Amino acid sequence: MNATQTNTALLAAEQIAKTFPLPAGGEQTVLEKVDLRIAPGEVVALLGRSGSGKSTLLRILAGLIEPSHGRVMINGRELHGPNAGVAMVFQSFALLPWLTVQENAELGLFARGVDREECSKEAMQALSMVGLEGFEGAYPRELSGGMRQRVGFARAFVMKPDVLMMDEPFSALDVLTAQNLRGEISALWERGKFPAKSILVVTHNIEEAVLLADRVVVLGANPGSVRGEVRVDIPQPRRTKNPRFVSLVDYIYTVMTNPSAPMTGVPAAAQIGSSTERFPMLPHTRAGGISGLLEIINDRGGREDLPKLAESLRLEVDDLLPAIDAAALLGFAEVSQGDVTILPAGREFATANVHRSHEIFQEQLLKRVPFMSTVVGAIDQKADGRIPKDFLMDILDEHFSESEAERQFQTMVDWGRYAQLFEYDADDERLYKAAPEEEVIVGD
Amino acid sequence: MVLGNWRKTFAIYQSAAVRPAFGLADLAVGLGILTLLYVAARVGAESLVHFNPPETVPSISLDPSNLPNYAARSTLRMFVALVASTVFTFVYGYAAARSRRAEKVLVPLLDILQSVPVLGFLSVTVTAFIALFRGSLLGLEAASIFAIFTGQAWNMTFSFYQSLRSVPAELDEMATLYRLSRWERFTRLELPAAALGLVWNAMMSFGGGWFFLAASEAISVLNRQYTLPGLGSYVAAAIEARDVHALAWAILTMITLIFAIDQFFWKPLVTVADRYKLELSAGEQRRFWLVDLWRAASLPGHLSRVTRPLFRAIDRVMRRMTPAPAETVAAKPSRIADAIYFTALALVTTGLVAAAARFVFSEVGGREVLHAARLGLLTCARVLALIAVSTLIWTPVGVAIGFSPRLARISQPIVQILASFPANFLFPFATLGFIRFGISLNWGSMLLMALGSQWYLLFNVIGGAQAVPNDLREMAASIGLERGRAWLKLIGPAIFGSWVTGAITASGGAWNASIVSEIVSWGDTTLTASGLGSYISQATAKGDWPRIVLGVGLMSVFVVGFNRLLWRRLYDLAESKYRLG
Repeated sequence: MNATQTNTALLAAEQIAKTFPLPAGGEQTVLEKVDLRIAPGEVVALLGRSGSGKSTLLRILAGLIEPSHGRVMINGRELHGPNAGVAMVFQSFALLPWLTVQENAELGLFARGVDREECSKEAMQALSMVGLEGFEGAYPRELSGGMRQRVGFARAFVMKPDVLMMDEPFSALDVLTAQNLRGEISALWERGKFPAKSILVVTHNIEEAVLLADRVVVLGANPGSVRGEVRVDIPQPRRTKNPRFVSLVDYIYTVMTNPSAPMTGVPAAAQIGSSTERFPMLPHTRAGGISGLLEIINDRGGREDLPKLAESLRLEVDDLLPAIDAAALLGFAEVSQGDVTILPAGREFATANVHRSHEIFQEQLLKRVPFMSTVVGAIDQKADGRIPKDFLMDILDEHFSESEAERQFQTMVDWGRYAQLFEYDADDERLYKAAPEEEVIVGD
Repeated sequence: MVLGNWRKTFAIYQSAAVRPAFGLADLAVGLGILTLLYVAARVGAESLVHFNPPETVPSISLDPSNLPNYAARSTLRMFVALVASTVFTFVYGYAAARSRRAEKVLVPLLDILQSVPVLGFLSVTVTAFIALFRGSLLGLEAASIFAIFTGQAWNMTFSFYQSLRSVPAELDEMATLYRLSRWERFTRLELPAAALGLVWNAMMSFGGGWFFLAASEAISVLNRQYTLPGLGSYVAAAIEARDVHALAWAILTMITLIFAIDQFFWKPLVTVADRYKLELSAGEQRRFWLVDLWRAASLPGHLSRVTRPLFRAIDRVMRRMTPAPAETVAAKPSRIADAIYFTALALVTTGLVAAAARFVFSEVGGREVLHAARLGLLTCARVLALIAVSTLIWTPVGVAIGFSPRLARISQPIVQILASFPANFLFPFATLGFIRFGISLNWGSMLLMALGSQWYLLFNVIGGAQAVPNDLREMAASIGLERGRAWLKLIGPAIFGSWVTGAITASGGAWNASIVSEIVSWGDTTLTASGLGSYISQATAKGDWPRIVLGVGLMSVFVVGFNRLLWRRLYDLAESKYRLG
């Protein structure tokens, strides 16, 4: 990257890496070698799933977190400390409940030392831009969720930032409200009166990214890194039924459901679920959810377009991903070109009776997730047939952050119980051998 | 209902778009402010005039007409201590929350300070303060205020520290990104976020403070009797004179005082603090007649118009003086510096403990230590027994109150006053009873200790019972769970967490109370129980330093040990297993 390029970017991340210490010693790499440039006048979406470090990247660019390696450049100099050219819209709104709408909106301007009248003028202007005239004296608790986030936008607008950052700005809102507000923000941007030069939005919602952005940067997980980017050259306002829109969304789906596929050109249908890593990350989903999903796919002839499947279930496609991933990991299904296809094991699993389905799940789990065999072996070797949770947590801690290790453990217990490999006693935090089936009282 | 009418009268003004220039509400508010100013000025002036050399200790007159004056002086002490506790809370809590190294020292220290018997320190502090203000009563005033302070400060500090630590991450990031100055961060974010918890804790601690006030106004330390004019010393004088009528007057005054301070100070404060809730969910706003009155009056509006420029100027100056750091310091903690710091810390701690141990052993010997430890076990048994008995009595009562909204409404204010009422005002009556019926204080002291501490248990059980969801109770009724099983399966587990919280507070209070409960007098009759509390009291009265150090040290060990071995575990169990929702 040469100097002139750096100068034209409002914000540039150069070889950013971020590591956090792990509880068991060692460190976890959250981001690795990330390059990203934000040019004036563009809307960039950072798209990634949980664990891709997208929020961490956003906070590094905003100067809230120092990177472990690499640097962030603004206007040709290295950034240390909060980025003055950035305003942020937060997922949880981050409003102060004891300040009025206007006081919240002018908070940042006021802190800059701008005098009271000027603050008030700017705040009123920003509030009218987001349709909140007349609400300046209200308190956030009197407003609906959508209106609260509008205050969040107004507070960012009064700063007239170079880059407006949004961290999952619509995900705390219900679907209709989110759609409405997204449309308004997008329209404001198109009208050319937007009080920021560029927008950087973090989201896990593929459609949202394609609706808003000129450029969608896809992050891969474990560790987070840029897998590639997609230019969205559909004119605004974009419609979700537009064939180009549909094909772009499909393409990104394919990429995101194939973590190992390279992201260049037209994607090839890559096999997934063939991973024999000792520690694949278990998708956070319940065994019952996997089974339910497979039954639906099977009922629809064994093959379905992902966005269509999601729409018919009235879910966001992203909500389906963990269950899809789990089905792929266990060899029940495969994903390619945005379609999910059921595999023979999956078909058998979906149609078997209760007793048999637990058996199939057990077979696949032991075959595809080697760590499960390790756990079962450890239980067998103990004289009392019980192993403490801490024993497994020590192992998991070496590969995952503390909270992720806990989630991995919870998922493992759920799957293990479903597969009738072991039971878990939450009181004394021990795994023990499952009783023979006839004695088991079926709980779920 | 008088209060209801007040509310209605002033609500009219409130809803009117144009307020009258000067209304009834203004008259009330104005008169209230003037009265307060007058009383404060008079009492303040008096306590300045009356500073005498320690030899001419002010005598206490038992004439009830002096009670308002004594009450005012005691109240002033309480509020000075409250201000001191608040300032301490801000400084200590802020340091603990902001500096990683300070946190490592300050938080465990706070934990220990919280569980150490405050009354045991009176001897140390009284001596120190008298030396500091030689030749005036100011030393005694300071010692009494300090005693109240030590009863209030730790709880408040903990609450503030925890509030600071639990400010939601996104709000914190918002403040950093928008470069709020430290002043703005404190006044706009941190203080409001901590306000509600702080006010509630201050209110509870203030209630507990009366106990320390009563114990510290009249005290004999190092073979000398010290007296400060106030309600506590009035009671002490009444006991010495065996004047039951004076005692009754004192109790009446105390109840009036607690009620008045609750109505005119805490209730308004809690009502105002209720605005500072972090969650955004809309709920009914807390209301209180005095706050409604204040809001209805136009006088406060005029006042704030006058003071607003001043506050804004202060705000401006403070903002400029505390700019947000432009660059975040690369916070990479040096391991070597850390190692040196923590080694030094460990050395200092060990050194202090070793010095104290050497002092005790060389002065009194190991045998005395064993003797004191045996006494400690006796007091310990009393504390446990009183918790057990209080539990048996108050749990059913508390659950009955908590399950019935009507009972709760009636009894809540009564229980609140009982919890604030200094139990040591009741000691003389109990003592009289013990003397008349020939009850040994070895047993009687348990009743005295319970007088002050049992309310925490009742308070918490009521709260716990109120939190049991109606659905669960209806479920128990619908499946025909009989009484015993309902207690075993539903009520017991559901209120367990609240019970633990109450029992922790009650046992802390009981340990503290043992110092004044295991030795009591009526006139020239003195009853003594054998226990660590009376051991400390006697050592304090005689000025026997090694025994004071030994007694207080041992009691701290008992309390801290108890917290670690028993209460902390029960608390964890309650948090992990018996949590509703």
